[in-house]
Amino acid sequence: MFSYTTRQSLILQVNQDALTVTPRPSDTLLYTLRQELGFTGAKPGCENGDCGACTVIFDNLPLKSCLMLTAEAVGHEITTVEGLHHTALQDAFMDHWAFQCGYCTSGFLTTAHALLTRHPDADRQTMVEWLRSNLCRCTGYQEIGDAVWSVLQARQT
Amino acid sequence: MSTIGQSVRRTEAPNKVTGRAKYNADTHVPGTLWAHLAVSSEAHAKILGIDRDNAMTMAGVKAIVTGDDVSLLCGEVLEDRPPLAKSKVRYYGEPIALVVATGEAEAILAALAIQVDYQKLPVVHTPLEAMSSDAPLIHEDLGHYVIAQPPISPQPGTNIADVVKLRKGDMNVGWKSSAVSIEGNFTLPSIDHAAMETRSAKVEILHDGRVIVHTTTQAPFEVQKLLSQYFGIKQGKVIVNAPLVGGAFGGKATVQLEILAYLASKAVGGRLVQLVNSREQDFKTSPVGTGLQAKIKLGATRQGKLTAAELTFWVDVGAYTDSSPRMARAITSDCTGPYRVDHVHCDTYCLYTNHTYATAYRGFGHMPMTFCIERAMDKLANALSIDPLQLRRLNAIQPGQTTPTGVTLNLSRLGNLDACIDRMNDLVTKPPGQVTRVAPHRVRATGVSCFWKTSSSPPDASSGAIITFNQEGSMNLSTGTVEFGAGTKTTSAQILAERMDMSIEDIHVHTHINTKVDPEHWKTVASLSTFMVGRAVLDAADDAISQLKSLAAVVLRCAPTDLAVGQGRVFIKDDPTMNVAFKDIVHGYQYPEGNAIGGQVIGRGTYIVRHLSPLNPDDGQGRPGPAWTVGCQAVEVELDTSDGTYEILRAMTVVDIGRLINPKGALGMVMGGMCQGLGYGSREAVRYDALGRLVTDQFRTYRTMRMGEQPNYQVDFIETPQIDAPYGARAVGEHGVLAIPSALANALARAAGVEIDSLPATPEAIWRLGTEVQA
Repeated sequence: MFSYTTRQSLILQVNQDALTVTPRPSDTLLYTLRQELGFTGAKPGCENGDCGACTVIFDNLPLKSCLMLTAEAVGHEITTVEGLHHTALQDAFMDHWAFQCGYCTSGFLTTAHALLTRHPDADRQTMVEWLRSNLCRCTGYQEIGDAVWSVLQARQT
Repeated sequence: MSTIGQSVRRTEAPNKVTGRAKYNADTHVPGTLWAHLAVSSEAHAKILGIDRDNAMTMAGVKAIVTGDDVSLLCGEVLEDRPPLAKSKVRYYGEPIALVVATGEAEAILAALAIQVDYQKLPVVHTPLEAMSSDAPLIHEDLGHYVIAQPPISPQPGTNIADVVKLRKGDMNVGWKSSAVSIEGNFTLPSIDHAAMETRSAKVEILHDGRVIVHTTTQAPFEVQKLLSQYFGIKQGKVIVNAPLVGGAFGGKATVQLEILAYLASKAVGGRLVQLVNSREQDFKTSPVGTGLQAKIKLGATRQGKLTAAELTFWVDVGAYTDSSPRMARAITSDCTGPYRVDHVHCDTYCLYTNHTYATAYRGFGHMPMTFCIERAMDKLANALSIDPLQLRRLNAIQPGQTTPTGVTLNLSRLGNLDACIDRMNDLVTKPPGQVTRVAPHRVRATGVSCFWKTSSSPPDASSGAIITFNQEGSMNLSTGTVEFGAGTKTTSAQILAERMDMSIEDIHVHTHINTKVDPEHWKTVASLSTFMVGRAVLDAADDAISQLKSLAAVVLRCAPTDLAVGQGRVFIKDDPTMNVAFKDIVHGYQYPEGNAIGGQVIGRGTYIVRHLSPLNPDDGQGRPGPAWTVGCQAVEVELDTSDGTYEILRAMTVVDIGRLINPKGALGMVMGGMCQGLGYGSREAVRYDALGRLVTDQFRTYRTMRMGEQPNYQVDFIETPQIDAPYGARAVGEHGVLAIPSALANALARAAGVEIDSLPATPEAIWRLGTEVQA
């Protein structure tokens, strides 16, 4: 039987690098990404899955990294917002003023990026359903929806 | 090319879309100790004993501090709050003990092991309960508290922390000249700021006596001032750092965790300690936005002209006053809404309850105040059978008229409310009074509301700006405003670029505030930053320009008055081919033979608000702010009359913004405010159980708006310049939120045919009011 009761070294695949971490069994993926690896783009907003600020891309699906233990992430491909480089989505967020304080932005970007990968032909309703997983307190949401939609549309034409 | 009026990107945007923007809890220094709070499980109780012995023996625990170890009372206006509860607790979630340990988990486990023995006391749930003569007393020592910042009028032996009185005109005349009067009673819950980033503070006390603070704050200079004052440290030794803030909405303008983190550091010999709120503690331990109860009576002529307004507000300040007395004055100052009323009688009470203590929330009391007056206006429209928008147009306050506190308005100070209402009249397309049935159980209706707000800042609020140059000729701008999303850094860069006639690419703004090097800005609150910082930036730019011209005059052998500045050069006005580049003079000018003259150009600018005066304690007369921002908002709903569920179809705002500095930035601020206002109107409330325990401590119980629930937004701007403001720009940061909850309630009230005088207007609340009657 698998037993994991104290700190031990694990290898995580994050943003295409194999990185060694030494978490406690109880450490969440969010905790390890931030405290051990310095990927602080993933934000703690609620630490119980309500807000989505900690979302990372996990084997092409958005995942709230506060809801997974670090140990469970071994053997999977993890992309944080730091792993997104010069994407059309990031430009669209800037052009549409899709953030103010910016604290929720990483989570929206990773969720939307996964949406673009999984459902490049998504309609507006599908997009809205995906983005409902994340909270923003500053914008009116329209700016975020418009930013993501502009990239979906550009891909679809 | 002009930078003003252009939607230039936020200066910090590239870092925010790459995860590289650093917020307070994003930087972690190895060796930092963690602090965690043990908090009260009771709303009102005597503390008979605190047992920390078990906790002290737990792994990793370095220190535990309780109220017995600290002799300090805090408070911005009235010093009524112990940082750690002493002898009694006054709200559920109040800090009781502070554990410092080697790690976060160790600190949390030890905090859970602290045992508190309580003797329960009866709980005060509402402000009106608190007013009652047999109400349990929450602050037995009210008569002995130090007043830190007058005015405030505490009433010892009661739960009344403060009373504000406003008297204008003669109520007898007002009522006599009225033909119609209406009365309304309103109840609004406390709300939570619910910023996505929870509050946190880190403190280290160095051996040379310096106290280094890193905190999530809108008010780094207030943190510096209060820590200095509370702990007897020279101000120069307290250095407060404020990085990017992840949303604030007023909730980070107060000083709480910084004091606790200081106590934690002190308990472990000054080591670096960090205290980070969990979401649950951010909801229950840190302050909320105020709720209130109100009674409003309005009188008007048969034609609809307001003649008298009698208003009483009972503000729920919760367990401690914090900034509530200032907020009570803000509510009182603008209590009539943006309407001419010659006879006004307003009493505003700040009442202690056993709720989480309240602090500023976007609008500084104006959102709940506006709800009450705007619901009352709709009641008056019904009583008079006048279109609600027409009633507002008829009474809209004008230049030449006076505010409730006696300020005579002019166009610059006020803006143009008539124009806002007229534009709204076009936007709503159908008269707001009209209810349209679109299906057997589905009706549509539009509600309208107007707002106004001034800053209610202290009469000596000040701001500064410093400009330095890089050798290449680009500029560094340092100001004291914190960037929490409102775009103040971008706006100030635009103002500087415009005055210097330079590309905004050549302006480098200092984003992280450090109180040791950045010039003071009072607080990043009250939507004042564009105005105050903008004025300081213009002053600093003029100072730099004058220095540039003096040196260039020597180089170009002319009088400084012959010169102008633009595109990184100083040139002769009538012959721009004769010029000298900034890069050749900003760090001194060197002659070809090697001698140098001049030196670094450093621009220095300041601004202090002028002509403001505190409200007179007898009649509330005085000048609370430099200028007002006025506007009109509307919400269109489709209600299912069988069950009270509804869809918010459209939300509209027309606001007199003075001058648009950054159109997309302003649009975003207004839409974001509208979204928050719809949340407050439709679902948000801090809720307590029968024992006064807060039950909404997560996002699944404290519901905010989510993607897809937002309406179609329509925002339009009127531009009536505020003459003393930078390029005429008026305050707009808070205003999108102000009249949306009342506009929503007015729409739902019309659609359902019921009076919606409390919030949130949930489907259940509407159903309980008896929607079926109208179906």
